Amino acid sequence: MTRRIEINPVTRIEGHAMISLHLDDAGLVQQAHLHVNQLRGFEQFCVGRPFYEMPALMARICGICPVSHLVAASKACDELLAVQVPPTATKLRRIMNLAQIIQSHALNFFHLSAPDLLLGMDSDPTQRNLFGLLQSHPERARDGIRLRQFGQQIIEQLGGKRIHPGWIVPGGVNEPLSKAHREQMLGMIPAALAIIERTLTWFPPLLDQFRAEIQTFGNFPSLFVGLANHQGTLEHYDGGIRVMDSAGNSIAQWLEPNHYADYIGEAVEPDSYLKSPYYKPLGYPDGMYRVGPLARLNLVDRCGTPRADAALTAFNARYPRPVLSSFLYHYARLIEIMYGIEQIELLLNDPDILSEHVRAFAEPNRSEGIGVSEAPRGTLIHHYRIDGQGLVTYANMIIASGNNNLAMNRGILQAARHFVHGTEIKEGMLNRVEAVIRAFDPCLSCSTHAAGAMPLHICLHAPDGRLLHELWRE
Amino acid sequence: MTIAPMAQPTEPTSAPSPTPVSRKPRLATIWLDGCSGCHMSFLDQDELLITLAARADLVYSPIVDTKAFPENVDITLVEGAIGNAEDLAKILHIRRNTRLLVSLGDCAVTGNVSAMRNSFGVIPILERVYHEPALLHPATPQTDLPALRERVCPLHEVVHVDLFVPGCPPNAATIAYCLDALLEGRMPDLSQHTRFGK
Ligand code: SF4
Repeated sequence: MTRRIEINPVTRIEGHAMISLHLDDAGLVQQAHLHVNQLRGFEQFCVGRPFYEMPALMARICGICPVSHLVAASKACDELLAVQVPPTATKLRRIMNLAQIIQSHALNFFHLSAPDLLLGMDSDPTQRNLFGLLQSHPERARDGIRLRQFGQQIIEQLGGKRIHPGWIVPGGVNEPLSKAHREQMLGMIPAALAIIERTLTWFPPLLDQFRAEIQTFGNFPSLFVGLANHQGTLEHYDGGIRVMDSAGNSIAQWLEPNHYADYIGEAVEPDSYLKSPYYKPLGYPDGMYRVGPLARLNLVDRCGTPRADAALTAFNARYPRPVLSSFLYHYARLIEIMYGIEQIELLLNDPDILSEHVRAFAEPNRSEGIGVSEAPRGTLIHHYRIDGQGLVTYANMIIASGNNNLAMNRGILQAARHFVHGTEIKEGMLNRVEAVIRAFDPCLSCSTHAAGAMPLHICLHAPDGRLLHELWRE
Repeated sequence: MTIAPMAQPTEPTSAPSPTPVSRKPRLATIWLDGCSGCHMSFLDQDELLITLAARADLVYSPIVDTKAFPENVDITLVEGAIGNAEDLAKILHIRRNTRLLVSLGDCAVTGNVSAMRNSFGVIPILERVYHEPALLHPATPQTDLPALRERVCPLHEVVHVDLFVPGCPPNAATIAYCLDALLEGRMPDLSQHTRFGK
């Protein structure tokens, strides 16, 4: 018989989830599960609709990373058209994709996780949020707001709207970049660079206070998966899939994204609407892998831009590769923000970036298309089939943070075993278990194609079912 | 149309509070069956959030650690439609504890994308998502999970809604304009600010 603790909902994450912990008679945590509680059914209700609606429709899977869905869906539609996207359109799509990675990473780091990092895991829960941070660390909180704003403004300059812009379309983008917008965006770069430079100065020393968390927040061997290019630098838009093992050996150097079904399987667990992808050659659950910023930094030789490369070198000097602790996703996010800003500047200065040739037009020429990109949280796959009229007959999506499902479950078990014990539960213990999830930054709105929230009610039951301890966190 | 200015909670709280009662209006935000885009638009108010924090207390929201929806909330912004049994329980609870309930965004106002599954029904969706032959252990997850409603519906189908703010999502300026008016005790006129699908 076991006792059971529920953490419901997990807060300051992007989406709706509950955690249950099962303790044995000695008060030791035996099992931990992340339950993701909603489902929206995009795979089904897009059936029968015209393929060209997919980018704008699929973007509504998630308002936090809609651009990722625009990119992956449009790439799948490019394949249906069998056209070559004009090079300038590809560059413009890359800029928007990077802008979104910046804003999404800033959201996780500053708005959601910094309250734990700067105020402490055991701090007063009523103050442990962005507004508490505005009181205690106003400059840091403002930096976070401004950095997220930078990413959102770039998206708006390009697509006319911050959330759900309709600008990335099958065949390219639907409007070229104007000179005025380019100048405005370039003008915003120095301030954004200054913020991330500052953050990369104060954050690494702070990690000394989180030794136990670094040790136990999802710190274990696993595979790492992500897109890779031939230069060995960070790649968020194109390329092949690379798979690395926990010793840093590449076990698959370049898998064709279009053949994802050959090497990625999905398992269903009875207690979560979120499916569990795994690397097929190793089977389930041994094929557990991690994706996202930490995986990407483990996979590349270097970032590819000077300041980010310097930051990566400093990171790996302290935490040699491959970095296995999921707590260090936070650090990886900052390095990717730096890369994103530098790379956007390079792309904006590209001599062809103002070209007016930004879209290829065609009727559908193929009946199947697959689009893969790196979303803020990892590899994202959209896969469509259409009939002769261009109506969708099948859609499948493997969502970035869903890839981490097995690893997140392992991570909360590891942290819960370390921090949660005894008959009396302290709020700070449970906040740490939630903070593991925050470190992974799952976008659960995305992964289940859903979202929601409800009160935290923790019950600790004795083996005979008696209520031993009850805690409402408010 | 005018509404009473925001006052502190009128009902006495059950136990005397050790801290002085806040005189600031109590604001809450929640996401039900939506994509979080309306909440992202709320955050897109950027530095206006700092002003907002000075004018109202954010007593419940996915970005703060309050786990139970509190009593005596003055304004609640609700994103998303009613998609499962839990959403319904939550909105009924919120309505009982909120003075002004705002449907924020097209999903809350009309059902929008969230309601697109209605024409298929729950069973075919679960079969499509969890019973494909390619899956390992295909089965519908049921343990500790809320059941999906056969029909996704907008908020006003199940509770009274005081203000509708369409848009997918309504942009940050519209949200700021609404909050400004509501916090001053006026009902905002949205005709110039937003529309469906904007
Ligand atoms: S209205 Fe649009 S932005 Fe808001 S939750 Fe619905 S789909 Fe997302």
